[in-house]
Amino acid sequence: MILAILPLLVPLTTALLCVITQSSARVQRVISVCGSFVLLVSAMALLWQVSVEDTVTLTAGNWPLPFGIEFTADRLGSALVLIAAIMVTITVLWQASDADIAPSTPGLHPLLHGLTAGAGAAFLAADLFNLYVWFEVALICSLGLLVQGGTLRQLDAALKYFAMNLVGTLLLLTAVALLYAATGQLNFTAIGEAAARLETPLMLPLIGLLVLAFLIKAAAFPFFAWLPASYHTLPGPVLALFSALLSKIGICALIRTLGGTFQPAPELLFTMLGWIALLSMLTGVLGAAYHWDMRRILAFHSISQVGYMLLAIALASRAGNAAAIFFALHHSLVKAGLFLAAALIYRQTGHYDLRRIGGLYAAKPFLATLFLLFALSLVGIPPLSGFWGKYLIVRESLVQGEYLWAGVALFVGALTFYSMLKIWLEAFWKPHPDQSWQPPVATRLTPAYASVGVLAFLTLWMGLFPEKIVVFVTNAANSLHGVSP
Amino acid sequence: MIWAVALAIGMVITAGTYLALSRDLLRCLIGLAVLGNGINLLLFTAGRLGSRVPPIIVEQETILQNAANALPQALVLTAIVISFALLCFSLVLAVRLVQVAGSDDVTTLRSAEPPATDAVKPALEDGP
Repeated sequence: MILAILPLLVPLTTALLCVITQSSARVQRVISVCGSFVLLVSAMALLWQVSVEDTVTLTAGNWPLPFGIEFTADRLGSALVLIAAIMVTITVLWQASDADIAPSTPGLHPLLHGLTAGAGAAFLAADLFNLYVWFEVALICSLGLLVQGGTLRQLDAALKYFAMNLVGTLLLLTAVALLYAATGQLNFTAIGEAAARLETPLMLPLIGLLVLAFLIKAAAFPFFAWLPASYHTLPGPVLALFSALLSKIGICALIRTLGGTFQPAPELLFTMLGWIALLSMLTGVLGAAYHWDMRRILAFHSISQVGYMLLAIALASRAGNAAAIFFALHHSLVKAGLFLAAALIYRQTGHYDLRRIGGLYAAKPFLATLFLLFALSLVGIPPLSGFWGKYLIVRESLVQGEYLWAGVALFVGALTFYSMLKIWLEAFWKPHPDQSWQPPVATRLTPAYASVGVLAFLTLWMGLFPEKIVVFVTNAANSLHGVSP
Repeated sequence: MIWAVALAIGMVITAGTYLALSRDLLRCLIGLAVLGNGINLLLFTAGRLGSRVPPIIVEQETILQNAANALPQALVLTAIVISFALLCFSLVLAVRLVQVAGSDDVTTLRSAEPPATDAVKPALEDGP
């Protein structure tokens, strides 16, 4: 059914049209906005169809499986596609405001849609090699976005991002080649069936290599170096899209392979994944505690939050996978909201560094409230979405008797609170270091506030009415396991 | 035959890794490209070596007899195109970076992440 590849076709078409019309910035922007709304509608249609039919599948050329190249939209993939559609719409609409949108180059809109196409297709690919190809599309587009400004810092960041991520994709390609040599299949279902017949000493290194590649993509300890090296050089709105999509591609692939294709995967992998998760949570949050640039703080928090998702995957149960999916959905919205709130702070004060700003609570109380909402949701204060994400993870760890893992998850939550408190006290509460500072008068921020408002509404909604989403993610984890919901 | 190819792939990957660990920016990028080519060879070998018969079903037959595996060849073509595009991008990026930074020693390229001057607080940076 064509619906399954619309999340790939719509952004690709939009990107091409944006390239053709790049001589006129106005036409390009109109096409970009229209394209993102079409994507939003098709993602909603896909999600609705999936909730009725369980999976929507398209096999290229109607070839019988396992020979045809397959796209399968299940609950996990289509929910993440909807998040991607929401985020690209918000990022494109944000461009109508004047908050941290420089440099507005002709390459910006095509690359934004190209990144969305790569991420969307990677969420839906049911074929290992196809997954690799869409990983690369997302990588190339994100590299393009990194160098749009062309400053020394951005070029340097792009180089480090390139080198680390290239090693990741090369490892992924190696794993694809070796898995093909061992099983003779590339389709996820067929690989899973063939792998179940192989011996553990052969499967452990092969799946381990695949997991390693996904961990590099997801920015887990100790492979996260590319993330704090590059994220802080990007403008806020692009950064919001990056944080919502890039690490989620790796997380989605991990949930799909470990929670679906290769289950039951070797026990050793999950134990190691659990320790990697703990170290990611701790190093991420400690890195954030050191920094004073808001973008760097939030980038390090991404690593720590990826640790929570890995912990949920490492619990190796259906409830654990459901918690990981819930956390991924929550984190995409909240982290993007925080980056956008930081971009609004930058528009008001001209700095991302907390030591140069202050006094915003008196000047902009509404912005302060919005920031506080996202910050408390990231920490996990009820009744916001982060509370339910952490509750599901901690409860499942306690059920499985992993008291240390649950304890570290709660401790990292406290450190996250410290770091959010730091931003709150420095940016909003303390007086501005320059006594004569006044917020700028002529601003065009309505589209920006509207974008952040949508995200704030979504995190509130996820927190106040979590039952529907918990049922949805439980069904998603069940259908990955091959249990019909 | 397969052992000779395996040895060759091992040598290419070793050379690529060695170059990629170099301090010289250009050598580092060429090392990554060589590493990518070694892995492309691995992907190619994943589909068995040996046969040179094209995978075409001859008349009055219904199955392929002892033909070469066409799938890894298709995969490796895709992988080559992607790695070539990335190599081109990285070379342009490197040239521009060397021009702006005035150095091709990767240990001195620290402008995105300046070395810490203070154990407690990071240095104040200017501008975005």
